[in-house]
Amino acid sequence: MKILSKFYIAIIFVLLYLPIAVLIIFSFNESGSLSEFSGFSTMWYKELFEDEEAFTSLMNSLILAVSSAVIATVIGTFGALGLHRMRSRYIKGAVNSITNIPMMNPDIVTGVSMMLLFVAVANLIRSQSFFGFGTMLVAHVTFSIPYVMLSVMPRFKQLDKSLSEAAQDLGCTPAKAFFKVELPEIIPGIISGLMLGFTMSLDDFVISHFVSSPDFQTLPLYVYNQTAHNVKFSMYALSSLIVAVILVILIAVNFAGGKKRREVAKK
Amino acid sequence: MKRTASIILIISLLLVLCVPLTSCEEKSEGESSGTVTLYVYNWGEYISDGSEGTLDVNAMFEEWYFETYGQKVKVNYSTYSSNESMYAKISSGSVNYDVIVPSDYMIERMIKEDLIVPLNYENIPNAQNILPEFQNADYDPDKNADGYNDYSVPYLYGMVGIIYNTTMVDEADTGSWDLMWNEKYAGNILQFNNSRDAFGSAQYSMGDVNLVNSDNEADWRAALEKLKKQKPILQGYVMDEIYNKMENGSAAIAAYYAGDFMAMYENNNDLEFFYPEEGTNLYVDAMCIPKSSRNKTIAERYINYMLSEEPAVANAEYTYYASPNCAVRENEEYIEYMNEIKEGGFDLMYDTDAIPTSSYRNLSGEKLLLINTLWEELKSDITVSAGIYVLCGVIIGTLVCLGIFFAVRKKKRDIY
Amino acid sequence: MRKKSFFQKAAAVPHIMWVIMFIAAPMLFVLYFALTDAEGKFSFSNIAELSKYGNVFILSIAFALIATVICLLIGYPLAYFMSRQSERAQKILMVLVMLPMWCNLLIRTYALMALLDNGGLLNSLLVKLGLDKVSIVGTNFGVILGMVYDFLPYMVLPIFTSMTKLDKRYIEASHDLGCNNWQTMTKVIMPLTVSGVISGITMVFVPSISTFYISQKLGAGKIDLVGDTIERLFQNTSTYGVGAAMSLIMMILILISVGIMNRFSDDEDKTVKRGGIR
Repeated sequence: MKILSKFYIAIIFVLLYLPIAVLIIFSFNESGSLSEFSGFSTMWYKELFEDEEAFTSLMNSLILAVSSAVIATVIGTFGALGLHRMRSRYIKGAVNSITNIPMMNPDIVTGVSMMLLFVAVANLIRSQSFFGFGTMLVAHVTFSIPYVMLSVMPRFKQLDKSLSEAAQDLGCTPAKAFFKVELPEIIPGIISGLMLGFTMSLDDFVISHFVSSPDFQTLPLYVYNQTAHNVKFSMYALSSLIVAVILVILIAVNFAGGKKRREVAKK
Repeated sequence: MKRTASIILIISLLLVLCVPLTSCEEKSEGESSGTVTLYVYNWGEYISDGSEGTLDVNAMFEEWYFETYGQKVKVNYSTYSSNESMYAKISSGSVNYDVIVPSDYMIERMIKEDLIVPLNYENIPNAQNILPEFQNADYDPDKNADGYNDYSVPYLYGMVGIIYNTTMVDEADTGSWDLMWNEKYAGNILQFNNSRDAFGSAQYSMGDVNLVNSDNEADWRAALEKLKKQKPILQGYVMDEIYNKMENGSAAIAAYYAGDFMAMYENNNDLEFFYPEEGTNLYVDAMCIPKSSRNKTIAERYINYMLSEEPAVANAEYTYYASPNCAVRENEEYIEYMNEIKEGGFDLMYDTDAIPTSSYRNLSGEKLLLINTLWEELKSDITVSAGIYVLCGVIIGTLVCLGIFFAVRKKKRDIY
Repeated sequence: MRKKSFFQKAAAVPHIMWVIMFIAAPMLFVLYFALTDAEGKFSFSNIAELSKYGNVFILSIAFALIATVICLLIGYPLAYFMSRQSERAQKILMVLVMLPMWCNLLIRTYALMALLDNGGLLNSLLVKLGLDKVSIVGTNFGVILGMVYDFLPYMVLPIFTSMTKLDKRYIEASHDLGCNNWQTMTKVIMPLTVSGVISGITMVFVPSISTFYISQKLGAGKIDLVGDTIERLFQNTSTYGVGAAMSLIMMILILISVGIMNRFSDDEDKTVKRGGIR
């Protein structure tokens, strides 16, 4: 039984990793062919590093991911604070359910709905270049907020109310009490929200597909355009690099800080 | 733990504050020295882009422009895969481009809908390189004083034909559009994934080259029926994915553009090509300037640059499409190059007078709507096999049983 | 409790504004486009138009259902076996499950297509071995395979998490009370991991029913699902009305099925959250 289960695990993982492994192996293939391995070469990597478009897309992705994650974290954290203190259950419930819509909806519906909004606004202000970084940022912040709330809200619920009250009794303003007493308590939640937002944004293709413009192309959009045309082998090199980077990050996160695992596992 | 956490937070916050700042700085720096971005929207794989040792035409333009006019221009180049998706982007008004390269019928439509503007040929002296037969285009009927097309300058042109893999297809079956409907090759045929070309293939196969511009609804419905009949034997509807699929032998037969065949042949010598005897489509892709352009003069100079010998030859050699530019046609090196890729390559592109052809014309709004509807009908024409119904029935049945089981058990528990 | 300060009252304002402007308003736009005709008058013409897509809907639902069930059948035993490995092995396996989840879906789908295509590695190996080629790309089987391959980790991870949270003493107790392995499985382990299964199902079903990249690549543009149709209606033909109607119907469909799903869950935590589906 024990051996059988090990065998089962092995089979599934081999199948799961087969296509990725083939991709990585053939990214070192000298001839641009997927059916025969003719010789080892790193020429596709060299070509990739010379590809300015790929590099710009990577930078765009990083800029977008960092800025959208931070904005979403700030809005989401203060939102969670405000909602936590709110007395009206109805408003609280309503805001919570609306916030969770992007999480429940398929990405394509979120993308389409944002596109409709942006097209309407663009027509209203007669702007010809409305789509771009701005629309992408708004979209990414929007779908990151629910995940930030998800990781920050429980921290607020665990908070001891009397601490903040004590601080205020001792002369703090409510704002000061928040920053001095409560913020340090909820920091782990904020960090995991930030991380979640960052990875969500980095990974998103579907929503970006509907709200982007060619001026501002992220890495997933670049990959999409590549696979829609004559695929260059540098795309394989790019994919292999992405897999390698993710592997390194995952190992670092999982084996360095044992405690963090739970939080990341939520993703 | 808390300390490190807050340090990380602060660093990331700082990072973010820096990013907009630096990007702002870059911008203001750029603007002070006057870098202008020129947005060019073209077909995929349709310009010499510097890959694999070719010339990078856009970079050459940037350099040339700076040397000639002393101004820095950055070309932002992006691509589309069908006229219709390009039109959807432009007409939605959500993006702005300076140069676009639609095909003939789409140019006619965009003129009619006032989406592109007349060109100022004072900035395009190289227009004299364009062969006269391309200057009296039907799709762009208004001419300027020199007899040039008012709105468009031809970029490249070509004809649709059928590509096949000689190792998989019997030579005797070739020569006609019927190859695309030949059940012998079921599962190995690729059809266009855009409505006009797909309907075109069905209409040409019926033998009358003028059917593609028919004003009669029945003609279009007949074409749809023919496409519906073809769907079960197709491997799929694709556009530029065709390159990989034909090159690695994933499919045996595909209708596509002649120039692209040359590109595929370069990678796979088993491929062959013919123009169907019933006649086929002749298309011209021409450079235009959308109304939303903010840098019309630079856009015109870009068009002009594309017509000069070096970039025009580079593009023709990169794309293998036929060029309407006499500077290219008469370039010995180019002729040699085409024949080197494939024996008779030059004639394949240019010696095409014997084949009956027609061009797509813009259709009435009503017909365009009809084509859209029919295309949707073709795409959504899916038969759900009995097996799938049975499988789903079993799954849903099991779910319902489980649901009832849980409900009953819960009730029982509640009683205890 | 003391009176709330301005700070505390104002804290949620940006959030609420944002949520109204960029979540609620776009949804209203979908509703508006779905329920009006070209002149902006209220009508059901767009919804009526959807009758043409009956088979597309059926096929999408069927594919998503089948893919979900296959994922469950493969994923549940996998998660169970994984949870019985040593602590260290579990950690490694966990990373192995998460890596594909974090790796972009486009890349994985494309890699799968490149492997399975008629001229891909698999078929050239088969030909070398003197066997017949198998056509997978462009068939129903190919699309379902793509869904299973892409979304299997989303099924395994939540089930695995709920397995590891399971108190081992329950299992020991059931053995002590005379259950055999099978009885322990069905009477103890399965009921206690239902919440993981439910969230796994949602995490596979929702992206499966709305995908368009998988069907584009592995269906070769021939097998059109709801996602492909919506994408085409918005990006290619600009028929926003019908596209919005289709999105609306799909949304309702998903809400209903998630609602039904949640009824299955005996857990305290009744709302299933789609944690991290991309």
